[in-house]
This record gives sequence, structure tokens and C-alpha cells, in this order.
Amino acid sequence: MTTNELTRGPVLPAPASGSRTRPSRKRRPGTSRVTSLRALVWVLPAVLMLAVFVYLPLAQNFGFSVLEWDIYTGSQSFIGAENYQKMFADPVFWHALANNAWYSVISILFQVCGALVLAALVEGLRHDRWKQVFRVLYFIPSAISLTVAGLLFYFIYEPELGLLNAALESLGLGDLTQSWLGQENTAIFAIIAMSQWQGFGYCTLLFAVALQRIPSELYEAASIDGVGPVRRFFSVSLPLVREMTGLMMIVTVSGAFQVFNEVMVMTTGGPNNSSQVLGTWLYRSGFVRNDFGYAAAIATAIFFITLSLALLQLWISRKRRVEW
Amino acid sequence: MVKRSTALGVIGSTFVWAFLLALAVVVIYPLLWMTLNGFKTNAELFGNPFALPLELRWENYANAWNRGVGNYLMVSVLVTVTSTIATVFIGAWAAYGLTRIKIPFSRTFLIIILAGLMLAPTVALIPLVRMFQALGLYNTFWALLILYTAFRIPFTVFLIRAYMMDLPVQIDEAAAVDGASRARAFWQIILPMCKPIIVSTVILNILFTWNEYLFAMVFTSGGDFQTLPVGLTNLMAKHGTDYPVVFAGMVMAALPMVVLFIAGQRYFIRGLADGIGK
Repeated sequence: MTTNELTRGPVLPAPASGSRTRPSRKRRPGTSRVTSLRALVWVLPAVLMLAVFVYLPLAQNFGFSVLEWDIYTGSQSFIGAENYQKMFADPVFWHALANNAWYSVISILFQVCGALVLAALVEGLRHDRWKQVFRVLYFIPSAISLTVAGLLFYFIYEPELGLLNAALESLGLGDLTQSWLGQENTAIFAIIAMSQWQGFGYCTLLFAVALQRIPSELYEAASIDGVGPVRRFFSVSLPLVREMTGLMMIVTVSGAFQVFNEVMVMTTGGPNNSSQVLGTWLYRSGFVRNDFGYAAAIATAIFFITLSLALLQLWISRKRRVEW
Repeated sequence: MVKRSTALGVIGSTFVWAFLLALAVVVIYPLLWMTLNGFKTNAELFGNPFALPLELRWENYANAWNRGVGNYLMVSVLVTVTSTIATVFIGAWAAYGLTRIKIPFSRTFLIIILAGLMLAPTVALIPLVRMFQALGLYNTFWALLILYTAFRIPFTVFLIRAYMMDLPVQIDEAAAVDGASRARAFWQIILPMCKPIIVSTVILNILFTWNEYLFAMVFTSGGDFQTLPVGLTNLMAKHGTDYPVVFAGMVMAALPMVVLFIAGQRYFIRGLADGIGK
């Protein structure tokens, strides 16, 4: 529908001047206003999609969070900050927040620090073929969905047919066998463990790319100076991927506060809300307990947490433009 | 290169190899277990979990397919293909405008688009549900197409724009001299030149859409139109006792993405690396 208008394009003299990156001072009266307005055709589809389906709902969420709202009867009434007061007094909310925090800490340990060491080990191998084999192998769990990975580990943790208990028994550790997802004190950690298995290869791949970008002269210089592999990691590799590490930490933590899929698939937050995270508690509050105003308040909490992390990320990536 | 062939070095590299291989087993074995379980009977499954299937029961796959996986797969393909095409075209179109054409308030538009990268989809969830109910799009294909496209535009523009900025301006000037319109220059010259980054974005978008769960579950779980992630959890709930069929379904959901990743890894890695910052 828009193609007709677009193939005509701007009239002749305009393209040459318009294609410069710097705006030219001279304006042709009349035509330039029309062409520049017509140029909006380029960005409008993207901007409108975002405005209507991303920014508008985001703004509406703040409005909803001050309502008492039953979606089935349609009744809405303004209750001010009550949903937020309820949230701060809600033990499940704090428990869910703590679970998200555990998620972040454990993911930083394994998916950032662990993956960095792993990437250095893989990149330290002598044969390119093997480097590639390991990078690809480790990534495969990240290519399958969290739903499939979650279901798979649901079965692995299953007390009767699961791999984990069977493996523990065959190692003579039968005392440790338990219903991993069925107990309040192990459920969330079993889920987090699955998520490390699923996600570490993704981070390893990114670190491997970052390590490859380090100029090889630096390594050669280090090895002429007789520096061993461990010291080389700490004094050459680590400082040069420091910013990447910072970014990965923030992306990982931000992801940890948006967890939803694997918890939903593996426990739906149970038993007894012990593995609830902010995302699943939001879902349950809104769609199961029909308290949409309260769900919107939880969404606001997620918004401020993820936004502050994103701003931190922006600030770090600004700084790192000067590197190399 | 100076090689350290001391005893310490040999021990060290043996440990490294042992560790890397052990980790490879930890990654591969569960996946292999999943695949093998898809060929077992329920009785075998509840027997020795380490045992191999007595015979390859392909009928589990046929059963899974007939009990809905075939349908979910079609829906996933449809949603993935359409939303990827929509995202990449809208994204590349905007990226071209932002890098090559003088647009009023272009800086503002750029910020509006890229700031979308920072927003968590969960935050918009509740209002979106109400919006799509009001539009009558709840439980339809359109809900997923629109949401996946809108939420993936920022990342897509981010990647393609960075690539287009590195293309020399002279190309556009030459096109203009030859009398090509802006739109023609985009379709016939700039877009083909962006092929590597387009392939990267396509792969990343396919992977995202195929595996997405939050929107798929909230917006389609009530109807007949479901993608694989939601469909699999349904298969589990409906046929929960027939586990081998569930495993077969999981394999069918996972396999296309594993193949896609291995086939397109070069583009894939490039997209990921550029995505997190150059």
C-alpha cells in the first residue's frame, strides 16, 4: 500500500543533499519541508509499533497499579497507593524478590565468572577445530527453548524415573536422593541449576568472541616474558575483557529479574509459593487470583529494577568506547 | 609461539581436557537421554533410566505429532516466519531512514526505538492483555505476530543500523546519480549489501520467536492456536502419563533450533557479538 508513494521517492536534487550525514544549511523553500515530512515514512512503521504496543501499555501499567480491578466483572476503583502498600507487606513478594536475587548471584557465579574461565580454557586450546567443537557443544542447551530444557529437567529431577536420583544412587550417595522440585527448600535451587546448564554456553560463546578480539601480539609478548597461562589470564585477558564482563553481569542480573518461563514450566511457583519469582507472582496475582491492580504494582517493581540495570549498562558501554 | 612442555604444563593441559570433556558430557548426556526416552515405552522409562531403548519406537513420534505437536509445529513455523519477516523489514527500513536520510527529529526517533531495548516485556503484560481483548485479537495469530514484531524491532534496528553506518555514503550518491529513487536504492543496493547482518538478525529472531513462552502462554493458551512451547506444556498436562510421547514432542521442538544454530553459527555468533556491544 505504501510502495506506490515510496517508489516515487523525493524529487531529483534532494537525494544528493539528503544523503550527506551532516544536515546542509541551504534549504530549498517549499520542497524541502515536503521531502522531510515524507522522509518520516521510513521511521513511522517502527515508531508506531513501539508507541502503541510497547510504550502505551507501559504507561498504562502505572495507571492500573493504583486501581482495584476485577477483569471479569470489569469493575475498577481508584485505591491510590494501596496496591504498593499491600506489596511491601506481602511476604510472598519479598520471598519472590529474594529468589530473583539468588538467581542473579548464582548466575553471576556460573554464567559470568564460570563462563569467562571456561572461554579462556577453550580459547587456550591449540587446535582451532577443538575450540569450535566445544563452543558449539556448550551452546546447544541455549538453542533449545527454556520450555524444553525446563521439562527435561522436570523429568531429570523426578524422584521415580529421574536421572539425578538414579545417578546419586549408583554413586553410593543414596542418602542424598530427594524430590528436588517437590520440597520447599530445594525447588528454586533446582530450577536455578537447570538455568545454569541451559545458559552457560551462551555466555561462554560471547566471552570467546571477546577473547578472540584481543590482539595476539599481547599474548606473544607475555609468553616471551615467560608468563604462564594462569598469570596470562589474570594480567592480559581479564583486564581486556573487563567491560564485557561488566556488561554480561548486568545482562545476566536483568535476565534473572525477568525469569518466568522455567519456573512456570517446572513448579508454577510451588510448593507453597517457595519457588515463586516476581514474574510468576505477577502472573498468579493477575490471572489466577484476579487481582490485576496488584499485578500491575509488581510489574512496576520489575520496571524500576530492570530500568536501573539498563541505565547502568548504558553508562558502562559509553565508557568502554575508548578501549583499544 | 613458545610452548611450555614442562611436566607442570602437561599435567595442566590434561586437567583442562578432562574438565572440558566432563562438561561436554554434562551437556550432552541429558539431551541424549531425552532423545532416547522418546523411543521407549512407559515401562522401560520407569525401569532403569540409564538403559537404552529395546527398540526404536518411531510410533511415539507419530503419536506426539497426531496429539497436537504437528499442529503446534505448524503454528510455530507460521508465527516465526511472519514475525521474522515483519521485524526485519520494518527494522531495516527504519535503520535505512535513520542512517541515510535527513528526517526531522531523527535523534528523538532513534532514542524512542533503541530505548525499547531496555524494557522488560513483563511490565507491559497486563495492559497488553486488556488492549488485545478490546481489539478482539486475544487467542489469535495476530496477537503473537504484532507482539513479537513490536518487541523485537529495537534489537533489529540496533544491529542493522550499526552495520549500515559503516557502508560508505558514496553508494547512495552513485545510486542517486543513476536516477534511482530512495526506495529503489534501499531495496536494490543497500539491503543486499547488508546481507550478513540480515542473516544474523533473522537467525536471532527465529530463535527468539520459536522459543518465546511468556506472550505465547498469556495470549494464546485459551484457544486452539498455540506455538510449541505452550503446546508442549499442554501435551504434558493432557497426556501426562504417556511420558515417551512427551519426550518425542520435546525432541521435535528442540531439533530445528539445534540444526539452525549449527548450520548458521557463523552468522549467529556475529549477531550475538554485535548485539552486546562492539
